[in-house]
Amino acid sequence: MALRSVRHYPGFLAVTVLCLVVLYAPLVVVTAYSFNDSPSITTWGGLSLRWYVDVFTGPEAPRFRAAAWNSLSIAFLAATIATGIATAAALAMLRAGKFKGRSLTFALINLPLMVPEIVIAVATLIFFTMIGFTTGYLTILIAHITFCIPFAYLPIAARLQGIDGSYEAAARDLYATRAQSFFLVLLPLMAPGVVSGYLLAFIISLDDFIITNFVKGAGMETLPTAIFGSVKQGIKPNIMAISTLMLAVSILFVTLSYFINRKGR
Amino acid sequence: MTNAVDIRKVTKVFGTFTALHGVSLSIRDNEFFTLLGPSGCGKTTLLRLMAGFEEVSGGEILLFGQNIASLEPNLRPVNTVFQQYALFPHMSVIDNVAFGLKMKGWTLPKRRARAGEMLEMVHLSDFADRLPTQLSGGQQQRVALARALAPQPKVLLLDEPLSALDLKLRQAMRMELKQLQQGTGITFIFVTHDQEEALTMSNRIAVMSAGRVQQIGTPREIYETPVNRFVADFIGETNLLEVEVAAIAGDQAEVILPGGQRVTCSSATTEKGRHHLSVRPERVTLGTVGSGMQAVVEQVVYLGTDLQVLVRLDGGTAMQVRIQNAARTEVPSPGTRVGLTLEEGAARLLAD
Ligand SMILES: Nc1ncnc2c1ncn2[C@@H]1O[C@H](COP(=O)(O)OP(=O)(O)OP(=O)(O)O)[C@@H](O)[C@H]1O
Ligand SMILES: [Mg+2]
Repeated sequence: MALRSVRHYPGFLAVTVLCLVVLYAPLVVVTAYSFNDSPSITTWGGLSLRWYVDVFTGPEAPRFRAAAWNSLSIAFLAATIATGIATAAALAMLRAGKFKGRSLTFALINLPLMVPEIVIAVATLIFFTMIGFTTGYLTILIAHITFCIPFAYLPIAARLQGIDGSYEAAARDLYATRAQSFFLVLLPLMAPGVVSGYLLAFIISLDDFIITNFVKGAGMETLPTAIFGSVKQGIKPNIMAISTLMLAVSILFVTLSYFINRKGR
Repeated sequence: MTNAVDIRKVTKVFGTFTALHGVSLSIRDNEFFTLLGPSGCGKTTLLRLMAGFEEVSGGEILLFGQNIASLEPNLRPVNTVFQQYALFPHMSVIDNVAFGLKMKGWTLPKRRARAGEMLEMVHLSDFADRLPTQLSGGQQQRVALARALAPQPKVLLLDEPLSALDLKLRQAMRMELKQLQQGTGITFIFVTHDQEEALTMSNRIAVMSAGRVQQIGTPREIYETPVNRFVADFIGETNLLEVEVAAIAGDQAEVILPGGQRVTCSSATTEKGRHHLSVRPERVTLGTVGSGMQAVVEQVVYLGTDLQVLVRLDGGTAMQVRIQNAARTEVPSPGTRVGLTLEEGAARLLAD
């Protein structure tokens, strides 16, 4: 008897529809209503881009612009630094042979994935306070670098694992120094994993709310905390426009990451 | 004249496992030298030590008299052809070939010209701008050769470079490799577990087993005068008969064959007692009953150019005999009784 396709299991359609609705209906609604030409968030008043214009030129525009700048610059710096550290970590884990404390290192690299975010947030805040660090841009950046490392590490390590050691050996054999063999041979071969890790780290940083909210300090906003602040005073349609913009950026990055990783195979 | 490579009492230990037990061998300049042995005997390990990818645990490796055992791989004038070629997948064929020259600081026009010559030598000029993945296995293997030869190494190391190719291509490449070696005058150190490959290409062969060199010699020496059971068994096909030594003097021995017949043969041992006698199957003649060792034909296997006749001696020992599949060959049928006579040089008494 041929195995039945999963589609023929009873209830398949219902479960699928339910999942899709729960997952995506809110996004669809927010996206659709961001183009609503009405100040109400529930009644449809025709198609318009007025809330997008409002985001960039309206009364809240300077606040959002500052928050966006913070978010993007932090995401850029955090992703760059985290990717650098993750690449070095992956090389040490996969290319340096067996060393003492290898399993422990692996656990440490991936710990931020397992620890509840709120715990990290509180701990980070307490830590910064204890050592007398003024909370602000720098504390957000440091916190972001930390939790971005495992996200950057995973695709990079996965990629590196698939690269046979003979390429580096061949490069060394053909008179390349260690550095040349890394930059001319290994890094180009790892590149899809590195780019993919970078994009993932960027999105994770851009998106983070909980930790950022704890360590940002007064007067400092990133997009998620700015949005949260606005929403507390009531939801206006411009929030939907901004959310849709962030959604678009995320989708773009995730898609990019997916295709880069696939192309590398 | 100095040797190309002198390996002196080289040991390699991985953790608790000893992969090489004090290996010593000398490879002459301009020689096609083969390391031959079964899987896991340490051939690749020895090659990797010469290339510098692993560190020796003990002993010395001299390259034209200079101890290189602690030099980084990029400082050794030695290049490697890897088993899976290890062509850089993100570089075109010509960039692959020019890589070593680039690392040595050659200018772009010079290295392009030389890489072009190398590609011409391996008949791949038309493929210069392709990526390695766009080539067939045989073509990739030629690129790997061209890449390793381009910087004109003093010694070329080849780790089973033909094993990924199909039979026809493998046979063609053997000749090409041999010609390349003679044409360039570079010392080739070739690793294989294929004894036919070793016999057809090499000036000399080192037979290895379990991290030790068993015998070093020309293909003829290895085949005709194996020093021990392992070498006799590993090189070509042979029958190993347990025999009693009647007399022994120098490298000649008189042994008593199963059935009582006495023959003299060359000997690798000087001790009397019971030893193994290697009898090459192609040097045994199938005769009529009454002469030589008495046996019954059990099976005849058709091999194309040869026939393999499986017989059982009256004592119960199984043997195989090769006869040429010539037009007039009479094929013995299973069940017939035959007498086996040994031709000159068919048998050799072995040390265990
Ligand atoms: N890095 C390593 N760590 C531990 N053991 C190793 C290592 N490299 C090789 N060995 C062991 O050393 C022995 C010799 O290995 P080597 O690769 O030299 O064999 P080989 O003769 O090339 O075999 P093959 O014909 O299968 O390639 C093997 O038993 C192998 O398991
Ligand atoms: Mg090997």
